[in-house]
Amino acid sequence: MEFGEIVSVLLQGAIVTIKIVAMALPLAAFMAFTFGLVRLYAPAPFKQLSILYIEFFRGTSALIQLYWIYFVLPFFGLSIDAMTAGVIALGLNIGAYGTEVVRGAIQAVPKGQYEASVALNFTSSQRLLRIILPQALVNMIPPFGNLAIELVKATSLVSLITIADLTFKAKSLADMTLQVGEIFVVVLVLYFAMAQCLSLFFRYLEKRLSRGLGRGGMN
Amino acid sequence: MIELNWDWTFVWQVLPMILSAAKVTLLATFLGSLLAICVGLIFALLRRGSSKTVRVTVYWLMEFIRSTPLLVQIFFLYYVMPEFGLSMSPLMTGVIALGVHYGAYLSEVFRSGIEGVDKGQWEASRALNLTSFDTYKDIILPQAIRPMIPATGNYIIAMFKETPQLSAITLLEMLQVAKIIGSENFRYLEPFTLVGILYLVFSVLAAYGIHQIEKRFPKEGFSLK
Repeated sequence: MEFGEIVSVLLQGAIVTIKIVAMALPLAAFMAFTFGLVRLYAPAPFKQLSILYIEFFRGTSALIQLYWIYFVLPFFGLSIDAMTAGVIALGLNIGAYGTEVVRGAIQAVPKGQYEASVALNFTSSQRLLRIILPQALVNMIPPFGNLAIELVKATSLVSLITIADLTFKAKSLADMTLQVGEIFVVVLVLYFAMAQCLSLFFRYLEKRLSRGLGRGGMN
Repeated sequence: MIELNWDWTFVWQVLPMILSAAKVTLLATFLGSLLAICVGLIFALLRRGSSKTVRVTVYWLMEFIRSTPLLVQIFFLYYVMPEFGLSMSPLMTGVIALGVHYGAYLSEVFRSGIEGVDKGQWEASRALNLTSFDTYKDIILPQAIRPMIPATGNYIIAMFKETPQLSAITLLEMLQVAKIIGSENFRYLEPFTLVGILYLVFSVLAAYGIHQIEKRFPKEGFSLK
């Protein structure tokens, strides 16, 4: 097989990988914020629920979660296609790690900011949305960037439940053409390129969001 | 829809098989972490070396290893290495993949641990005319190790949780055995749930163990002799 053909087949796989990332990332962010805030502010039973979610998804392995959702849920009468299973498993898994990022970033906002907003008679939702979160968000960006890269890496697992992502294409091309060297080098480079793009994007985001926060000035 | 019922007799029937596969999982993790610690230490020292070319090369190599999926690296070792006449068993491949992948992560931990040692210690070693090997061995590393333990432990637990990926190259670890049992009996609920619970239990135990090691470790360092 010609090198160009190999690359074009692999690029198709890369598009599937990007699609999964694009769907799992919002899910992960949603889970991270929901359970992060619940863990900090909700009443006890909800707090326990969020701890259960976090410990369960961080304590077991992503591949087991994926298999469980894909192979076991159909026995509950919940048949979902491989793509949905992949997005849900990865979103929930990365989301659980994100929860701790959200919590840590909010707790890292200086206490004086809470006190000042109480003194200025802000309501609790104003305090969260206008004072705490804008500052916490900047702290969240670098660890979120790392998690996004972890997500890209974790998408390779969906190849094991027959989704034709980059890793799956690589494996089937390798079985077919036996040009394993070229194929896997191209695949590694493609993953590396995706990760570098994400990391550049998050660095830009961090710069953009820290505008006007007076970092490094009077604090 | 198949009636969902948790079958205890099936559980007792498959548990011994999964537990004996746990030995493979733990062996891969143990060997993988030994290799990762060696690789991490070598990378960390190279990144502190005097040659800029080496420093930059090692930095990008680590960045590359860390930002590409472990699964692809496993496939790479398993399918591409034989082209160079290097055929390895699935376990061997897995240990090398885990060791190198997590070695790249650990090198950052080690580097910051080494850099966290007080500057005066370097100056004193220089003043006492110690060679740089002796400085590392007798002065720097003994003091750097304690602060490194929590992060190193977390990465080893993370590595443990990635061992199921070795099932992709047919290593008979816990998940692979569970999958085989599942497809033979057409019952996935019990095997996969058991494996999940075992991972949870092992991770919690390991986290507790690491905390104990850290607590027992002498704060002022120790002698490597």
